[in-house]
Amino acid sequence: MSMKPNAKTVLEVKDLQTYFKTDAGIVKAVDGVSFSVREGETIGIVGESGSGKSVTNLSLMRLIPSPPGRIVGGEILFEGRDILKLTEKQMRSIRGKKISMIFQDPMTSLNPFLKISTQMVETIRLHEKDVSTQEALERSIEMLKLVGIPSAEKRIQSYPHQFSGGMRQRVMIAQALSCNAEVLIADEPTTALDVTIQAQILELIAKLSDKMGTAVILITHDLGVVAGMCDQVCVMYAGKIVEKAETDELYARPSHPYTEGLIKSVPRMDTTKKGNRLFSIEGQPPNVIDLPPCCPFHPRCHKAMEVCRHAYPPVKDLGKGHEVACWLFADESEKQQALKEANVKEKAE
Amino acid sequence: MTKYIVNRLLGMIPTLLIIITLSFFIVRIAPGGPFASERKLPEVVERNINAKYHLDEPLIQQYGRYMFDILRGDLGPSFKYKDYDVNYYIANSLPKSIVLGSYAMLLALVFGISAGIIAAIRQNTWLDYLSMGVAVIGISVPLFVIAPVLQLIFAMKLKWLPTSGWYTTGEGWKTVILPAVSLSFAYFANIARLTRSSMLETLRSDYIRTAKAKGMKNTTIIFKHAMKGAMLPIVSYLGPAFAGIITGSIVVEQIFRVPGLGKFFVQSSFNRDYTLIVGVVIVYSAILIVMNFVVDIIYAQLDPRITYK
Ligand SMILES: Nc1ncnc2c1ncn2[C@@H]1O[C@H](COP(=O)(O)OP(=O)(O)O)[C@@H](O)[C@H]1O
Ligand code: SF4
Ligand SMILES: [Mg+2]
Repeated sequence: MSMKPNAKTVLEVKDLQTYFKTDAGIVKAVDGVSFSVREGETIGIVGESGSGKSVTNLSLMRLIPSPPGRIVGGEILFEGRDILKLTEKQMRSIRGKKISMIFQDPMTSLNPFLKISTQMVETIRLHEKDVSTQEALERSIEMLKLVGIPSAEKRIQSYPHQFSGGMRQRVMIAQALSCNAEVLIADEPTTALDVTIQAQILELIAKLSDKMGTAVILITHDLGVVAGMCDQVCVMYAGKIVEKAETDELYARPSHPYTEGLIKSVPRMDTTKKGNRLFSIEGQPPNVIDLPPCCPFHPRCHKAMEVCRHAYPPVKDLGKGHEVACWLFADESEKQQALKEANVKEKAE
Repeated sequence: MTKYIVNRLLGMIPTLLIIITLSFFIVRIAPGGPFASERKLPEVVERNINAKYHLDEPLIQQYGRYMFDILRGDLGPSFKYKDYDVNYYIANSLPKSIVLGSYAMLLALVFGISAGIIAAIRQNTWLDYLSMGVAVIGISVPLFVIAPVLQLIFAMKLKWLPTSGWYTTGEGWKTVILPAVSLSFAYFANIARLTRSSMLETLRSDYIRTAKAKGMKNTTIIFKHAMKGAMLPIVSYLGPAFAGIITGSIVVEQIFRVPGLGKFFVQSSFNRDYTLIVGVVIVYSAILIVMNFVVDIIYAQLDPRITYK
């Protein structure tokens, strides 16, 4: 972990909205997400399954399956340009070269029909046309060595099924970093792996990104993973970022009730004894179809107030870039105003 | 691999022997016989005939004799067509059926796979609806409608192609076109639908998402990354389909007067022509077994996860 407060911003997401049109209605999978990633830093996106983490990051790559999905609003600024305004061809020169991505399931993310060498060489040659196949192969072998694949020269000629899950994720990382990407998006890179291997893979990502100066967006549903790795954390709930802060600050002052719940539910070596059941947040995340104006967390929140049921909370800055979207931090007058508006609206209907 | 191939080839022998044995007995258990006709034959004549074809011997002895002949490559005399034996009929008709079937299969593969891929990558556009519309017609309209309609249009009205016949009738390769196209229709339809659904499924898989995230072009993704996986179901379909297309073309053979094997399939059963029935069954089974074997080999070539030892 390295704090880089003065580093340049490489990626800035502003008010991103990605919706899916389904038979049941419009799924607002991502609804007004903003965050920025500085050069070389690691930012964590945390939230329960279904909170919109993957959709957010697939949007950055413009890989939302369409139909049914569509990015309906916002900006994604990368190196000063809005990715959403690029042509498909320009976008392809960013994918895999400037921003690359690794996925949850390393067992299915590599093509089972092609040798590792084929898949790695094609990635390099796709983005660097003047590199010969031989050079690309040599670089791929170097990358495999770097991620800790033993006898890489030989193993590169094997097929994915000849590797274990952890080794495949290493190959994915090697491939993703082979063109020296500025940003690596890792979407739950260890969720599908054995617990013993998870730590190794995270360590590898941390080590390599540090060495190569790559910024990392680490998606996870496990706040425990974030603690050791990330400079900054965004907590997502129902398609929105509900709290955002530097990691130490977030742990020191978790402010959103959802974040508190997440932190309490992280298993800890010192306190979790036998019979001492792990805390978990009760209830289910809401359906993001036709969500009425409210704090989407209110049915599960033990601090919920009347206003929480009628309006989405404003985002408050608690200082040092610590932002939270919760009515607990709003002024009394704001709450009254929101309640008044909500009541007016309800009467008008 | 070599060991596997040898084992598979050797394994075909007992399979075939069992098929021969079963068909030998089943045709003889079925009611009626090759020489049962409305008019009762004089007893002497019947006895002579039975003696000539060894039908007077106990069944097990007939079986022994038949198996012995088969091992020497002799499928016996036809009980119906007196002039020639079963070997002759099969040797004469099978190559024509294979030629016709191969052309039909080639057409079905080329057009079926192309249509399926186009339909998949242009899902829910007019191209998709057009290809799948044609495929539904191919599956639902029977051959005895398709074939005469094609014949009517291209042979009788437009006179581009001969109405019927085969190479030997002097018009050469042109005679193959109409029967091959007719015969290919249903197979084209199946292959197009299979290709479409399997391509769509492959395109949804994680490794295709990885390829996209690497910045690859759609066409490269389809041909380099998706093709092999998408073709596996087609390869499995090809084994039985090829056996079927070679042997099951009776309607087309009748309409276009192609002297192929299909005719014997039906006639030999009507005639209770024991040896010819079994002969045709052997040919069909052999083709099916060999094709399935070929399919398994191709499958292993395509999918590195499958290795034969
Ligand atoms: N292709 C899709 N069609 C419809 N809804 C989708 C699609 N992909 C994702 N969603 C919806 O978007 C929401 C967020 O999903 P996702 O980003 O995958 O969550 P996670 O935080 O677990 O990664 C979910 O409610 C999910 O149902
Ligand atoms: S806004 Fe209200 S319901 Fe939502 S988290 Fe804050 S206190 Fe709980
Ligand atoms: Mg996800």
